[in-house]
Amino acid sequence: MKAKRDVKFGARTLAKLSFLLAAGTLLAACSSVEPWVKPYERDRLADPIMAFDRDPVSSSYLHHVFDSREGARGALGSAGGGCGCN
Amino acid sequence: MFRSRTLHNPARRARAALFILLLVAGALFAGRASAGVLPEDRADLLYHRYDGGGVTIDGPSLLVRKKFLEKFSLSANYYIDMVSSASIDVITTASPYEEERKQYSVSLDTLRGKTTYSLGFTNSKENDYEADTAYFSLSHDLFGDLTTISLAFARGWDVVQQRDAITGGVDPDFRENTDRRTYSMGLSQVITRNFIVGATFETITDEGFLNNPYRTVRFVDPTSAIGYSFEDEIYPRTRTSNAVAIRGRYFLPYRAAVSAQYRWFNDTWGILAHTGEIGYTHPWGPKWIFDARFRYYTQERADFFSDLFPRAQAQNFLARDKELSTFVSQTAGLGATYEFPGGLPYMPRFVKKGTLNLRWDHIFFDYEDFRDIRVGGLAPGTEPAYSFEADVMQLFVSIWF
Repeated sequence: MKAKRDVKFGARTLAKLSFLLAAGTLLAACSSVEPWVKPYERDRLADPIMAFDRDPVSSSYLHHVFDSREGARGALGSAGGGCGCN
Repeated sequence: MFRSRTLHNPARRARAALFILLLVAGALFAGRASAGVLPEDRADLLYHRYDGGGVTIDGPSLLVRKKFLEKFSLSANYYIDMVSSASIDVITTASPYEEERKQYSVSLDTLRGKTTYSLGFTNSKENDYEADTAYFSLSHDLFGDLTTISLAFARGWDVVQQRDAITGGVDPDFRENTDRRTYSMGLSQVITRNFIVGATFETITDEGFLNNPYRTVRFVDPTSAIGYSFEDEIYPRTRTSNAVAIRGRYFLPYRAAVSAQYRWFNDTWGILAHTGEIGYTHPWGPKWIFDARFRYYTQERADFFSDLFPRAQAQNFLARDKELSTFVSQTAGLGATYEFPGGLPYMPRFVKKGTLNLRWDHIFFDYEDFRDIRVGGLAPGTEPAYSFEADVMQLFVSIWF
C-alpha cells in the first residue's frame, strides 16, 4: 500500500528534476551576446595544461583522500559518493 | 520523525532511475546540433597509496571512457581501497584491522546542442558499509561559449552495519540507513584568452545514522585508574552543509599555468572551514610536464566535539572524532608527467598517445583540541595535542585511443 509519505517524496523529486530540465532549456535561448575572445584566440585555453582537471582518475582519488579526513565537503569537484572511510 | 526509506526499496529505486532516463531522453530530442565537445576517449590505470598516522591504504583504480554513436560518452571506473589500520583511534579504543573496499562507477554523457547531460551511478562496498549514489547533471554553454553554467543533483543511500568482534562477521542485529542529497550549481567564465575562472556552490544534506558505530568519546571518571572512561558517540541524525568555491587558471606567456582556488564551508554541526590552494604547471620540452601544489586547510570544531567531556552523558550529542575537531592541514605536492607517442613496440595499434605519471603529496595534520592519549602518566586533558604526517603517492599510466 502506498504510504502518504512515499507519494510526497516522489512528487518532490519530480519537481526538482523538472526544474533542472526547465532551467537547461531556458538557458538555451541566451546566445545573443558577442564573444570578446574569438574562436581563433582560444588555442591557449584549449591547451591541456589549462584544464582545471587534467587527469580525473587522479583528482577524484585525491578528493577522496581529503574528504575522508576533513570535516568539509563539496564544491571542489568531488564525486559525492559515500563510503565508510573514517 | 520522518525518515526517507522509500528509495531503499530496490523497485522504487529502479522506477526513479527509469524516470530520470526518460527525462534525459526527452531532452535529447529537443535540442539542435551545434558546438560543445564530449570528453576524450581514454583509459587510465592508477596505483594509489596513502601512508600516515598508522594507516596504510593502497590499491588500483581503473578508468575507461569511450564515445559511441558520435553523441554519447560512457565511462566506467573500478576502484579498490585495501586498508590496514592502526590509527590513533583504533590503537587507543580497539585493535588494528584490515579490510577492503570496492567501488564501481558508471556514467553516461551526451551532448545535445550546447548542453551536456550526464547521468551516473556509484556503488561502494566494504564488509560493514555499503553506499549507492546516483547523480544527474547538465552543463550549458552560452554567451559565445565563453560562459558555462552547470547544475547537478545527486542522491545517496547508505547502509551502515557493524562487525561483530567475537565472530568476525557482520552483526545481524545492527543495520542503519543514511540518505544524502546533494545540490550544486557552477559557473565557468573565460575572462581573456589567457584567463579562466569558475565558481561552485554546493549544498549537501544527510539524514540517518551519521556517526561511526565503533567510535567512542571519553569523559572524566574519578573511579577509573587512568582518570577517564569511554562511552559511545552520539551524533545528530541530520546534517546540512554549504560550500562555496572560486578558482582561476592563468596561462603564462612562456607556456606554463598558475592556478588558485578557495573554498568556504559551514554546516549545521557548527563546523567552519577554509581551503586554499595554489598550483603551478610547467611543461618542459615536448614530452614532460611538471606540477607543484600547496594546499592549506583550516577547520573549527563541531559544536558537540570535545576531546574530554566532564562526565558521562554530558550532553545530547557527543563526538571525539578528530575529523570534527579544530585543526590545520597543509599539503605540498609534486607531479611529473612523461608523454609517449603511439606506435611503440608491443603497443596496441589503437593507442594514439599515452602518458606515464607520478604524483606525490605530503600532508601535515596538526590538531588543536584533539589530544594524543597514547601518552600516559598525565592528568586527563593535559596530554599533548595530536599531529601526524602522511604521504600520498600516485603512479598511473594513461592512454588515448
